[in-house]
Parts: sequence; C-alpha cells; structure tokens
Amino acid sequence: MVVKTLPEIQVKKGEPPYKIWIFEPGEKKELPLIFNLRQLAEQRRPALLPGHRMCAGCAAPIVVKLASFAFRGPTIVVTATGCLEVSTTIYPYTSWALPWIHNAFENAAATASGIEAAIKAMKKTGRLKYENVDVVVFAGDGGTYDIGFQALSGMAERGHDVLYILYDNEAYMNTGIQRSGGTPKYAWTTTSPVGRVIPGKSENKKPIADIMVAHRIPYVATATPAHWMDLVKKVRKGIEVNGPAFIHALSSCDRGWRHEESISVEVLRRAVDTCYFPLWEWSPETGYLLTDRSLVIARNPSLKQPIEKFLEVQGRFRHLLRPENKELVKQLQEYVDATWNDLLKRASNAPR
Amino acid sequence: MSELELVPKYPREKQTMINVNGDEAIAYAVKQSYVDVVAAYPITPQTIIVEKFSEFVANGETHTEFVAVESEHSAMSACVGAAASGARAFTATSSQGLALMVEVLYIASGLRLPMVLAVVNRALSAPINIHNDHSDAYLMRDAGWIMLFAENVQEAYDTTIQAFKISEHPDVQLPASVHIDGFFLSHTLENIYTLPDEAVYDFLGGPRKIAKVRVDYFDEEVNYALDPARPLSIGNLALYDYYFEIKVPQVLSMRKAEEVIKEVNEEWYKLTGRKYGNGLVDPFMVEDADIVIIAMGSSAGTVRSVVKKYREKGVKVGLLRIRSFRPFPHKDIVELLSGSKLVAVMDKGIGPGQYGALYLDVAASLYHSKSKPILVDYVYGLGGRDLSPEMVEQMINNLLKDLEKGYILEEERLRFLGVRG
Repeated sequence: MVVKTLPEIQVKKGEPPYKIWIFEPGEKKELPLIFNLRQLAEQRRPALLPGHRMCAGCAAPIVVKLASFAFRGPTIVVTATGCLEVSTTIYPYTSWALPWIHNAFENAAATASGIEAAIKAMKKTGRLKYENVDVVVFAGDGGTYDIGFQALSGMAERGHDVLYILYDNEAYMNTGIQRSGGTPKYAWTTTSPVGRVIPGKSENKKPIADIMVAHRIPYVATATPAHWMDLVKKVRKGIEVNGPAFIHALSSCDRGWRHEESISVEVLRRAVDTCYFPLWEWSPETGYLLTDRSLVIARNPSLKQPIEKFLEVQGRFRHLLRPENKELVKQLQEYVDATWNDLLKRASNAPR
Repeated sequence: MSELELVPKYPREKQTMINVNGDEAIAYAVKQSYVDVVAAYPITPQTIIVEKFSEFVANGETHTEFVAVESEHSAMSACVGAAASGARAFTATSSQGLALMVEVLYIASGLRLPMVLAVVNRALSAPINIHNDHSDAYLMRDAGWIMLFAENVQEAYDTTIQAFKISEHPDVQLPASVHIDGFFLSHTLENIYTLPDEAVYDFLGGPRKIAKVRVDYFDEEVNYALDPARPLSIGNLALYDYYFEIKVPQVLSMRKAEEVIKEVNEEWYKLTGRKYGNGLVDPFMVEDADIVIIAMGSSAGTVRSVVKKYREKGVKVGLLRIRSFRPFPHKDIVELLSGSKLVAVMDKGIGPGQYGALYLDVAASLYHSKSKPILVDYVYGLGGRDLSPEMVEQMINNLLKDLEKGYILEEERLRFLGVRG
C-alpha cells in the first residue's frame, strides 16, 4: 500500500478547521462562490463535518461538500433514508453543520415541501428570522428513481422552492447493492446477478433528469464531483431559481461498482468522457445546454472515449469484457451513442 | 367554584352559532387555530375538510400555506417537515389514507413533533367501503399519537382546538388526532357554538411555541427545530445503544398527556361553559350501575338515550364514553367501574383472532379492579351499519339475562350486534 501524506490545509489563524454553520437571526450576507482553492480552503468549511462513516472512496460526501460550497446562506438540508443518512447521523453524533432532517425513505421531497411551506407561512406572518432560508434535499437513486419518485414529482408539480440533489450510485447500496431504476443495463447487482442465462440487469437506466425536464421546472442539471466547478455552479443556480430545481449527480460507489477506492473520481471522469453520463443543464428559457467536458467533447468528437473505458475499471461490468459478451458491449455503445446524439440535437450550444 | 356558579368567559350569548357538519366544524376550528401549514389529500368522508379549508385560503381568510399534496403519505411527511420547522401543522384523512400514512405517523410521534390530524373514521378495505367504523383508528393505536374521539359536531370543533393545545404542551410534545365518525358526524349538520377568533388565538397562546432542548455543543438551550441560528439534526439513526432510551420518554410524555387533557378540558369549560367528562372519559349514570356499556364516538349518543329509557324503568344501567383512546384512561375505568357487575364494551372494529381493541384495553384495566365485573365484547356497526336504539335495547336485554345467570362462557364473550345470519 502506498502511504500518501495529506496536503496541509491553510486555515485562518484562530479559526478551527471545521465548524458548525451559524447564521445569527437577521444576518444578511450572501456567501460568494469561490473557485480559487486557496481562498476556498481559507474561507469556507463544508457542511458535512469529518467523523462520518461513509466508506472510503465513496463519492457521495464529495457531492455534499462541494454542493455546500455553493450554499448562499441559511439552509435546511433534508436527506432521504440511505447511505448518506445512516452514516452521517449515528446518534448521538451528527456530521451536519447546518439544520438537517431525515424523515423516511420515500418522502424527502414531501418533507422538503412542508419545510418550504412553513418558511413561507412564517415569512408571511413576520416570524421568519431571515430574509430567506434555502431548502436542499440529498437523496440516493432508490429514494429518487423508485420509492421516492411520486413525492418528487408532486413537489415539482406544486412548484416548491426546493433544490433536490440526487446522488446516484446506481443501486441500493445501503442495503447491499440491489438493482434500482438507476442501475445501468448489464450491471451486476445482488438482485440482478450475472447468471448462466441472464447477464446482469436486463433494463436500461431510467432517464430521470429528462423526466424532471418534462416537469418544466425552472432548472435541471447533471453533474459529477469529478467536474467540481461545474457542480458548484449548478448547485448555486439551482438554489437561486425561484421554484423547484433538480440536479442529477453521478456518484461512484467503490463497494457496489467494484472498483479501487482510490479511483472514484477517475471513474466519474470516464463516465463523462465516454458520454455515458453527459453534463448538461436545462431551463425553460435556455433549453438543453451542454456544460464543461461534455461541451468540449461536442466540439471535438475525437475526444469521445469508447464505453469500454468506463466499463473496464469496474467489477460490476467484468463479465462484459469476456469475448462471448462482445455483442452486449456493442449494444451498450449503441445505446450511449443514441442518447448522446439525441442530446446533441437538443442542446442549443452543440455545434451544428 | 361549583358548576352552577361558574360564568364562562364567553357565555353562549358571546359565542356565534353556526350550522355546520362535522367536517366543516373541524375546518373552521383549524382556521381559527392559527395553523401555518395544512397539507392534505382528498378522501371520503374527510374531503369536506380539505374543500372547506381551501375556500378559506382562496378567500384570504387565513395566512395558512395549503399544500395540496399528491398522497396521504406526503401529507403527513409535509406536516413532519413543517412541524420540524417550528410551524403549526394540520392534516386530515380517513381509512385507506390513514393506512398509507401509518409509516410517517410513527415518525411524527418518534420525532416528538406536535401537530393535529383529523381522522374521519371509515372502514378499511376490503371490501372497499366509505362508511364509518373504527378499524382505521385501531390501525394507528400504537403509533404514539394522542387519540381523542368526539361524540358530536360541537365536540369535534371543541376538540380540534383543544388538540393543538394538548399536543404543544411542553410536557407532552406529541402529535394528536381528533376522531369523528364518517358521515354520522362528518356529513351531519348541527348548530354549534363557536368562539371569536381572538378567543381561540389567546387560548392557544398565539402561534406555536417551540420546545427547547439541550445539546452538548451549545451552551444554552436551543429550539427543537430546523433553526439556522442553532443547527440540530432531527431524525438521526439510533441503534440498540440509544433507541430504547429515546422511546421510553415517549411513553412517559403520553402519561403526562392524561393530566394535560384534563386541564385543557377544565380550561375550555371556564372559557366556553362546555366540558366533556374529565376530558378522558365521559360517564353517564355509572355510579350505581350494575351494567355499564362502554362506547366511543357518535354511538355514545344512541346508547345514552337508551340508557335513560331503561333508567326510567328502574334498570341500573350506565354508559361510559371513552373520549381519550390514547392515552387510555385505565385509572378512571378502574375507579368508575368498581361497583359494576357487568361491563359490555362496544367495539366498532375487529381484530380477527382477537377481541376488539377497545375490549382488550378495558380488560387490561379491569384485571386490576377489585370487583372484577363480567366482561363482554359487542362488535357492531362495521362498514357503517347503523346502530339503532332497538339494537341497543336488545343488547341490554341480553346483558340483563347474562347478569341474572352470573357468568358468560368464553365462546360467548365476542358477540356481533346487528349482523345477519
């Protein structure tokens, strides 16, 4: 094992490296977005404190920490039942530096709706201590694609001012890697095992972000923590819009995807490079817009990597690399190409 | 002060009489209770509450945020979110809607969030049915909610306002449900007396007050709410090392709720001139009764009228109406039934393989009474079947025979009233 030394984080003198986020009543200050790493290290602390028990190599805490760098002020976080929830709030401890609530698995969006309604009612009656309080949801793919979808769709239809961030690790990882509506085709999971007859999950991933676009809410985007500035910008946009916003963040799970814990960010980079998970944003005004690496690939198609680059580093696709499964890989490539070309047609900033 | 001397702060002439059904009475009570968030979903026979309340909102008669959620599960979830934010929250449902809510009912009480739920009791499917029985209420009996049953529309109005006060009491901090019988009360017009808005506002002490808690990372006590000034985590994972210690205080608070329900009942009496027994139980001629009938909800009115008739004939029969199903008034039952010889429990719901839920609770009380009356369970009114005075008479006549005989065999202890075949 290679022992690496951790980088020295420069922090202001007298300031603890980690602290609880406190907004005194009436505080009127919008936190600026910071993209300079030194400044970020000096001036900002993530909302997720160390000591949580997420697995080494899990991308979900990276998603949360990056997202929290985009929070603009008083914020309430809602989390659906899942890895993130159980591993960060084991009583009597909590890793959350701001007000946080967990209700159940399928109702994070409904809980957030109630919080947002309460904030509105308090504001109306002069009882809200701040100009506004933002509500952000973090939920996994199970709590979003499957069991929580109804509540999410309802929240979007009713137009609650909530940012819903899906951290998609493409299976029920908290219960031990079972297939979900977010699991890609031919991926191995414990409920879509690779058998003698069936080669992993038989169905494609549900296009959740496009489904949210179909709700015509003010803002929808995809992101990964490998493209961190893109993610941070999108989270801020999602918070700033008036009404529901949805961000689909791909989040690698080394336990479930069966990869080295040190390459989590690299795997996500490959997901974008192969156009398996393109980066884009959508609003009713702009339509689809490619962002970050995906825009670069659209402009220079030779940069697009074959799907094998994404599959080969993950044990959940190991069976696809066998010679007899070449046809399956071809199918996956065709699917990725079709969805990517479809996106290129829709994205107004893609070269024609 | 004796009852005759008492002049309520708002005597009848200072109250406004309105003609409403049970659903409308509850919607009106909620409007007066300075509720911040109402999240609800339509279901018969509760729907009028949602409709009526939407009208109040549409006409700008209240500041309440009405969230027309896409299911009852989300209704209760939104109420949890709202209550955790420090708001006063309300929802209403029936039957299948309540069944869908059950998961979150346990969470609301486990997180110690005060709120009020109106349950317009309706039979559970299958067969699907829209009429009244208490099977839905029995479904939530262990959910950790205070459960209050109203007998008439006036009581539905009164209890709804009281429920907010009980639920938010610093010693209680538990959600409360107000139960009315579907159609029998929800769709039946009654003239009721209502307080002026400001009287209700004062009775509840204005907007909801947030309870304080102590956490180790703040020096001072902080709001038990999602407060950016003093952040807390609500809804943590607690395993075998803490879960038990978190659940037991819930039981103790429920015990304290008994006293609070009584206090609020007295306070309401001083304000309006109306009270319902001691708040937990509402006895009628039980002191010297040989036979006591125990019932909940609107049926108590029918039973009371028959009891009166039998009393005129010299038959020593009485009625004990249970108003608070949770917390269950074990102490009152033991005291009130100490002289009785036979107790008949009327259950508007069944538990296949077991007696009705109310019977079980009464049996648990009476095990500790010295007199140990004969106990029998009458299951009646399932799926909205009417309870006629004749049926009650038939029941009392049978009970008189049982009393003469002096015993009831085990196989006769569960009886069905008003069923064919």
